[in-house]
Amino acid sequence: MQSLKRFSWTDIFMWIVGATLLLLIVIGSTLTLQQGKYTTVQWFDLAVFGLAQGSVYALIALGYTLVYGILRMINFAHSEIFMSGAYLGYFVATSMQRNGFLQENPLLGIVLIFLTAMTTSAILAVILERIAYRPLRGAPRLVPLITAIGASFFLQYTFRGLFGTQNRAYPEIDYIRGAIPLFGDFQIQKIQLVVIIAAAVMMASLAFFVQYTKTGKAMRAVSEDKNVAALMGIDVDKIIVRTFVLGASLAGAAGVLYCFMFRIVTFYMGFIPGLKAFTAAVLGGIGNPPGAMLGGLFLGIFESLGPTLFLDGLGIPAPYQLKDVIAFTMLVMILIFRPTGILGERLSKTKA
Amino acid sequence: MNKRLLALLSLLVIASMALAACGGGAPAAAAYECTDAIGCVTVAPGDPIHIAYALTVSGATASLGEDSKGAIEIAIADRGGELLGHPIELTGEDTLCSAEGGQAAGTKLSADATIVGIIGTNCSGEARAAMPLISQAGMVMISPSNTNPDLTNPDHPDSHPGYFRTAHNDLFQGRIAAEFAYNELGVRKAATIHDGSPYAESLQKVFADVFRELGGEVTAQEAINVGDTDMGPVLTTIAAGAPELIYFPIFEPEGPLVASKAKEISGLENAILMGADGLFADTFPETTGSAAVGMYLSGPYVDVNNSAYGEFLAKWADQIGGVPPSGFHAHAYDATNMLLNAIEQVAVVGEDGTVNIPRQALRDALYGLKGYAGLTGNLTCDANGDCATGEALGVFKLSQAEVDGAWPPPVFWQP
Repeated sequence: MQSLKRFSWTDIFMWIVGATLLLLIVIGSTLTLQQGKYTTVQWFDLAVFGLAQGSVYALIALGYTLVYGILRMINFAHSEIFMSGAYLGYFVATSMQRNGFLQENPLLGIVLIFLTAMTTSAILAVILERIAYRPLRGAPRLVPLITAIGASFFLQYTFRGLFGTQNRAYPEIDYIRGAIPLFGDFQIQKIQLVVIIAAAVMMASLAFFVQYTKTGKAMRAVSEDKNVAALMGIDVDKIIVRTFVLGASLAGAAGVLYCFMFRIVTFYMGFIPGLKAFTAAVLGGIGNPPGAMLGGLFLGIFESLGPTLFLDGLGIPAPYQLKDVIAFTMLVMILIFRPTGILGERLSKTKA
Repeated sequence: MNKRLLALLSLLVIASMALAACGGGAPAAAAYECTDAIGCVTVAPGDPIHIAYALTVSGATASLGEDSKGAIEIAIADRGGELLGHPIELTGEDTLCSAEGGQAAGTKLSADATIVGIIGTNCSGEARAAMPLISQAGMVMISPSNTNPDLTNPDHPDSHPGYFRTAHNDLFQGRIAAEFAYNELGVRKAATIHDGSPYAESLQKVFADVFRELGGEVTAQEAINVGDTDMGPVLTTIAAGAPELIYFPIFEPEGPLVASKAKEISGLENAILMGADGLFADTFPETTGSAAVGMYLSGPYVDVNNSAYGEFLAKWADQIGGVPPSGFHAHAYDATNMLLNAIEQVAVVGEDGTVNIPRQALRDALYGLKGYAGLTGNLTCDANGDCATGEALGVFKLSQAEVDGAWPPPVFWQP
C-alpha cells in the first residue's frame, strides 16, 4: 500500500498507546467480571445511570454540533445557555411548589417548567447570536471563538450577580420519584426513565425536523455551502438564528432534565456538563447530529460503567475518582483510531 | 559643565534628605529596639492594629466562612473595636475552600507586613497551601475549622510554626464517629466516600481504621471528585458490599447529591447515612430534602445552656441577625480572643502610644496558652498548635424540622 510509506514514528507511537489502553481495558474488564463482585442487577443499574446521564450530554452536544455544522465555530457560551434554562426553570418550579400547583397538576407543572427553561435559553441564544456572533461573521475563526468564551463568562457572572453564589435546590416532585419494578430484582428509577424517554423523543423530533421540514432542508443547505444557499433564495441569517434557537431549546430542556436528576442549581453548573457535551460532540464527529447523540450516550455509559468495569479488577482503589480520566482516555482512543470521530465529521467543503 | 553641576546639586539634595531622615528616625529607634528573632510589627500612634481573616466567604461553602467571619466581628466588637488604644482593623481574603484559593490568599496576606495575625482557614486544603507562606512571613494563623491531622503533626511537611487551631483534630472526630457507629448504632459493616480533599480523605481513613480496630468490616472506601453530580454509579458499586452505614465526610454540593441518591439505590434503602462537620450547615438539609431525615452528622457542639454561649448568640442576633449558619462560630470567637489576648500580652507600648508586637514572642505566647476559658471549653495549646478541647464535639440527628429550615439540630449523642 502506498500509505504504508507515509506512516511516521508518531503514528506508530500513537498506535502503541492505543493498543496498550485497549489491552488494559480488556484485562481489567475480564478480571472484574471474574471476581463476580457485582450482580447483573447492579450492572444494569450502572448502565441505566449512564444512559440517563448520556442522554443529557447528547441533548447539550446537539447544540454544539448544530452551530458548528453551520458556522464552523464552537459556541462555548452554550454551557451557559444550558445553565440559564435550568436556573429560570428553578424559579418557576419553586414558586409552583410553594402554592401547591405542582402537587395538584404535576404534569402541567412539569411542562411549564420545560417551556420556561426552553424559552429562556432560546431568547438568550438569539440575543447572543445578534450581539456577539453576527457582527463577527466575516472575521477570522479565532475571533468568534474568543468572543464565545467571553460571552460564557459574561453570562456566568451575570447570573452570579443576579442570583448569588449559593446552591439552590429544585423541589422534589413526587410525581416523578420512586422506582418502577421491572422483572425480578430489576427496577428503574422513574426520573431516569423520564430523562431517557424525553431525550429520545426530543432527539427523534430533531432528526425529523432536520430531515423533512423546509427549515431543516435549508439548514442542511446552509451548512453545505452558504453562498450557494443564498443564491437559491435561502435567508442565511434567518436560518442561522433558527439553528441557535433549536440548539438552545434542547439545552434548556437538558437543563431541566439535569436538575430533575440532581436538583442543585448554581451559576457555574453549566461548565462541566458543557465540557463533557463538547467532548461528546467531538467523540461522535463534530457537525454531525447523529454523531453527537451517539457520542453523548457513549460518554455517559463509559463514565458510569468504566471505573467499575475497567479499574476495579486491576485493584485500583477508589476508581470513581478516575471517572473523568476514563472519559477523556476514551476520547483519545477513539480519535487515535478514528480521527474524525465515531461517525465522522460532516462539514461544508467551503469554509465560512 | 552644566550637566556636572546638575549631578552635584542632585547629589547634595539626596544627601541632605537622607540626613534629615536619619535625624527624624533616631529618637523612635532609641525608644524600642526589636530583638525578636523574626521581627516586629510597629503600629504608630493612631494607626490600626491589623488582623486578617482567610475564610471561604463565597460559593457553596459560604455558610462556613460567614459563620466564622461573624464570630470574629463580634469578638472585635466586644472590645469596642480597640486594642491597646489602637483601632482594630480587620481585612480578609476569600479562600474558596480550595488549594488555589488558599494559595492566593496566603500570597496576598503574607505580602502585607502590617498584619499581625490571621484567623483562618476554614478548609484544611486551604491551610495546606497558605500556611507555608504565612509561616514564612512570621505571622500566626489560628484556624477555627481546619481538622486535618497533618496540619499539627510535627513529622509531616504540612505542619508549620505559627499555626494553631481551635477546631478538633480529625484523629478525634473520626474516632468518635466510628465509636458512635459501632457502639451506639450497632453497625458492623460500613463504607466510606471521600472527595479527594485532605479533610475528607484523612477523616474517612481515621474512621475506617478505628472501625476495623473495633471489629467492624469496611466494605468499600470510595472516592468521588469535587464537581461530580452523578453519584449513582459510585453508590451502586458500594451497594455491592451491602454496608449498613455510609460515612461521607465531604462538602456541599456533593454531600446532598450523595445523600439523596443513596435512598434510590437498591440495596442501600435502609443504609444509615452519616456525614461530618463539613456538611454541618443549615443549607445541607434544605438542599438534600427528605433524604436528610434520619441522617447523622458529627460536628462541633457547644452546650446551649452555657451562659457565655447564650450571650454570644444574643450578640449574633443583635449585630448580624438570625442564628449562626454553621457550627464553628464558637471556635472562631475563641480563636479571635486568643489572638487579641496574646497581642495584648506581648505588645510593648511606647510612651507616645506606639505599639510594637514581636512576632516570635506572639507565637510563644500562644504555644504557651493554658486553661483559657472560651466558649468551646478550657483551651490549652500544645507544642504542635492543637488548642481544641475535645469537649466541643457531638453527633447530631437531622429530622424533618431541619429540612424545613430549623437550625441547629438537637444533639443526639456526646462522647
